[in-house]
Amino acid sequence: MLLKSRKPSENGGIGSRIFDFCNVLFMLCLAFITLYPMYNIFIVSISSAEHIYAGTVNFLPKGINFDAYRMVFKNDSIWRSFGNSILYTTVGTAINVVCSAMCAYPLSRKDFYGRGFFTLFVAVTMFISGGMIPSYLVVNQLRLINTMWAIVLPGAISTYNMIIMRTFFQNLPVSLQESAYLDGANDITILFKVVLPLSMPIIATMTLFYAVGHWNSYFNAMIYLNSKSKFPLQVLLREIVVAGNMADESADLTSNINIIAINFKYAVIVITVVPILIVYPFLQKHFTKGVMIGAIKG
Amino acid sequence: MPSQRSASPTVQSRQNQPKSLPKPLREIIRCKYLYLIFLIPFIYYIVFQYWPMYGILISFQDYNVVKGISGSPWVGFKHFEKFLFDRYFWTLVRNTLLINVYNLLWGFPAPILLAILLNELRSERFKKVIQNISYLPHFISTVVVCGMLVNFLSSDGMVNQIIKLFGGESIQFLMYPQYFRTIYVASGVWQSVGWNSIIYLAALTGIDAEMFEAALIDGANRWHRIRYITLPSIAPTISIMLILNLGRLMNLGHEKILLLYNGSTYETADVISTYVYRRGLLGNDFSYATAVNLFQAVIGVILVSVSNQISKKVGETSLW
Repeated sequence: MLLKSRKPSENGGIGSRIFDFCNVLFMLCLAFITLYPMYNIFIVSISSAEHIYAGTVNFLPKGINFDAYRMVFKNDSIWRSFGNSILYTTVGTAINVVCSAMCAYPLSRKDFYGRGFFTLFVAVTMFISGGMIPSYLVVNQLRLINTMWAIVLPGAISTYNMIIMRTFFQNLPVSLQESAYLDGANDITILFKVVLPLSMPIIATMTLFYAVGHWNSYFNAMIYLNSKSKFPLQVLLREIVVAGNMADESADLTSNINIIAINFKYAVIVITVVPILIVYPFLQKHFTKGVMIGAIKG
Repeated sequence: MPSQRSASPTVQSRQNQPKSLPKPLREIIRCKYLYLIFLIPFIYYIVFQYWPMYGILISFQDYNVVKGISGSPWVGFKHFEKFLFDRYFWTLVRNTLLINVYNLLWGFPAPILLAILLNELRSERFKKVIQNISYLPHFISTVVVCGMLVNFLSSDGMVNQIIKLFGGESIQFLMYPQYFRTIYVASGVWQSVGWNSIIYLAALTGIDAEMFEAALIDGANRWHRIRYITLPSIAPTISIMLILNLGRLMNLGHEKILLLYNGSTYETADVISTYVYRRGLLGNDFSYATAVNLFQAVIGVILVSVSNQISKKVGETSLW
């Protein structure tokens, strides 16, 4: 804060002022480059076909209509995928957070017999892993292919996140745990009744990290799921937007002169991104906090 | 970081244990609830981390799903030899390295520069707003980013409309191998520059304000301040991040490439991990794909330890 009040005092130099001007200009360009692609997606999705063809939809939507969204909301497979994504994200995140806490807590305890060995046991997996094919074969042997469990179990613990959590637990005041112990509580009670309630900031951060990860991931779902009714939104999005595979929708598209394939594609993108954009402003503080905790550790 | 905790919650129970048992057993009984908590994570690591590691053995076999690892015939280094003497080997290694090197060259300095420039902004509010905007792409999924790229770069997409506006010819960028790396790296910087700057901004907030004041009194200008105070104070963070990134030179993610590449761009776009995916999961050539993956992993581990050694020699920072 002292620094802030000091800054104006060296305002004098003309070079310094030019620098400030260019810096602000640069930042505005950066903000534009970051936001414009998303904005463009939105305005194109609600513009009419003739204006899109003419290439005049640049900064404002033209010939506004919501036919593409009507089509998206009418589409059963998109609804189903949306539901699947919510299901996988909820179940997956719950498993992630509980398992990570259960792994992090014993490792955070100095008196955990074999702590060194078990820390090594989990840390090794950050540098060595079986890789794509052996992991696939394990999931296959466990008969999890084409079930939700193939999505939520193989990544149940992110070792990196778990270590951030462990660091947080280690820095909690030990006196509360000790007094709970003297009151006859065992370690399980202490974890759930004392440690976790004190760890809400880190739990919130981890929940967000894991949830965004689940919502945005496509690869595991793509390789482990084979029936379309189980696809999460991202896999469906890949088919529609990236691969341009719209056999199911083509009948609707030809019957409506107002919209073309791109309206529909962009509308699907918008409804995928919107859930994140809604929560982002409220939660971004927690996101950055997680990175900070991780950084301090490193 | 070791904690400062001295007494443990379990000191109390230690006295209650019978003295006759051997020490390890006594200790395990003392920690029985902790072991109970640790059981599920332990099972997870065994099943989903260590079991696949055991599965790497199939790269030395002609693996057959029905016979399993115990029943499949051993073939030694057959698959490794086949890969190393394949003409495609060099294409894959070159692509993997080049995309990574370009990624490092552009993607590594960009967040450092952004952090320094953000730190120079006078208005705290403006800085906050820009920061929050710059983090946003990190939360957009790979599929959406690639979907935007595919559509913006298509023959009648946004980019080509701009080119046509200036009288140029429309180009189908994703169909030509010479554009692939640029597209991949540029979009990667777009996705990550803001998010990756957080770690440097965190280091910058730790700088003592008195240093700047002293520098001001000594007549240091903007550039001097950046050069002699800001940069040195984030240097340790920079070198740690550099080691981490150098160690990852061979481990290129396949998720984004799988969405962007196609048969006509394999020449520059196909990397080891996408090749593993195609040969292994699409072609069911499990043993060969695992061997290729193992080759990549071994090089990766070597790179991490070498870059760690170098940084130990050069500076005082190291990962372990």
